[in-house]
Amino acid sequence: MGEVQGQGYIGQALGVADVLAAAYFHALTHDPKHPEWEGRDRFLLSIGHYAIALYAVLMEAGILPEDELETYGMDDSRMPMSGMASYTPGMEITGGSLGHGLGIAVGMAMGLQRKGNPAFVYNLMSDGELGEGSTWEAVMSAVQHRLGNLICLVDFNDQQADGKSTAALAQGDERGKWEAFGWHAQRVNGNDLDAVVAAFDAARAVTEAKPRVIIFDTTMCKGVPFLEAREITHFVRVEADEWSKALAVLEEGKPS
Amino acid sequence: MTLASMARKYEARRVPQGEKVATSAMIASLAAEGYDTVSAPFGHALVDLAKTDERVVGLSADLAKYTDLHVLATEMPERFYQMGMAEQVLISAAAGLAREGFIPFATTYAVFASRRAYDFIAMAVAEENLPVKIVCALPGLTTGYGPSHQATEDLAIFRGLPNMTLIDPCDATDIAQMVPVIAAHDGPVYSRLLRGKVPSVLTRYKPDYQFELGRAQMIREGGDVLVIASGIMTMRALDAAELLARDGVDVAVLHVPVIKPLDTATILAEAGKPGRLVVTAENHTVVGGLGEAVAGTLLRAGVTPTFRMIALPDEFLEAGALPTLHEMYGLTAAKVAQQIKGWL
Repeated sequence: MGEVQGQGYIGQALGVADVLAAAYFHALTHDPKHPEWEGRDRFLLSIGHYAIALYAVLMEAGILPEDELETYGMDDSRMPMSGMASYTPGMEITGGSLGHGLGIAVGMAMGLQRKGNPAFVYNLMSDGELGEGSTWEAVMSAVQHRLGNLICLVDFNDQQADGKSTAALAQGDERGKWEAFGWHAQRVNGNDLDAVVAAFDAARAVTEAKPRVIIFDTTMCKGVPFLEAREITHFVRVEADEWSKALAVLEEGKPS
Repeated sequence: MTLASMARKYEARRVPQGEKVATSAMIASLAAEGYDTVSAPFGHALVDLAKTDERVVGLSADLAKYTDLHVLATEMPERFYQMGMAEQVLISAAAGLAREGFIPFATTYAVFASRRAYDFIAMAVAEENLPVKIVCALPGLTTGYGPSHQATEDLAIFRGLPNMTLIDPCDATDIAQMVPVIAAHDGPVYSRLLRGKVPSVLTRYKPDYQFELGRAQMIREGGDVLVIASGIMTMRALDAAELLARDGVDVAVLHVPVIKPLDTATILAEAGKPGRLVVTAENHTVVGGLGEAVAGTLLRAGVTPTFRMIALPDEFLEAGALPTLHEMYGLTAAKVAQQIKGWL
């Protein structure tokens, strides 16, 4: 996808790939043939520009056909650069205006409870969205409405458009903040697949009627050392000859 | 603003003298003398609807009492969500509920929905065309609390938003009747709300009046002037028409409760009738509301009667007692009549 455009949110996609893999191939209940099945766990991509990562996962999960991936970001594609519900099967919401996903997740979790539907709502957001006031309105609301069916996933790669998130608003003890608000909170290495899977299991196993958050510390461009080393990784430009090198490195690093 | 210009602002403020009207309560009555009123028409209509439709739920951002949603909260507490003083999650949670098949009625003040929650209404609700009904009190100049509570530009803000249906109801009949109608509309709606003891006016003139989406209706016929009005200004225009009748001026009133989509066919048909001065009247800034919508409609169609607008000025309005402010900004029946007379 990125190779077609020559650039893109590749750093975020590589960083969050392990989290998405664990979500779709371990944690979520879903039916690839029926992406709108009422019994599915809902997965909201609040960070619309991470769509490139979700498209790859939706393809692996059998929801999107592989041959469409090359249309990413092109005219008439079902896979726009920023994810939109009306374009793509399996894309629950239109993300991209940051700080929206968690509030929508609150409403969906309220709705599922009202229907007696046991499905979970997952909301994937970025550390940059921790700066949005609306995120914290939703954090408090989820506690007030006892939303035990809501699991928030925070991709903490410590990068936002202008630099480090921890140099902006994502300062201090992030796990402690969520716990103080009344959430069940975990913070794990988001690029350690075993730890990620265990965190999903632990979040789902909580018996109290309280919302759950997992903060995943991730590395931008994970798995491609020459990209990881780049200082500005929010929007990565990869030269034509670098794509095959990157793929080769990723292939090497694959677990057997 | 520089310190010097702030000082000038203070100097310009009048020092009240003599008989004063006290600053009104937050919700001043809009009823003129002799009007019948109905108590909390929105709240009661919503309870009636919720009893027949399980999908209907109500959400408030700490203003249930002031949007008449307390009627639902009291009678059907299991259908009510108190979202706290948090308008962004009020709207995004309503969007989430709509995604799960519910018809959420989200209420707050018009200023907070239009100014504070706009991005959420735009992206979480309107872009996805979800059936969230946003019903908001204190539209235009209906409180003396000053600009923090006076939503003088809400319709202008929302008119630019695709998919939105916009309603500016006149009275208790409009409000009670629109509730099931907007619930049945499969898309987002923003409606202004009058709450508390709400005047009942339309059926006095037109006993068979029925609110319909996208339809403007003639409430009073007349050969000299056509007033095209929405919201409380329809009420004022009807009273002004009675005053002008005493002077032999025959005023028609076309009520336009739905600002978007605008009933352009009726507007063009009525404004195209020869020999009448056409006046729009709205409880909204002169920028981007009913008046400009009608003006654009007429001009695009090549219908060019003599045209005037009654609207609030493009200013932050004063605080004070509501009757004083309506007098000051020309929204009373007497002022409407006076302005029309001056244009004839």
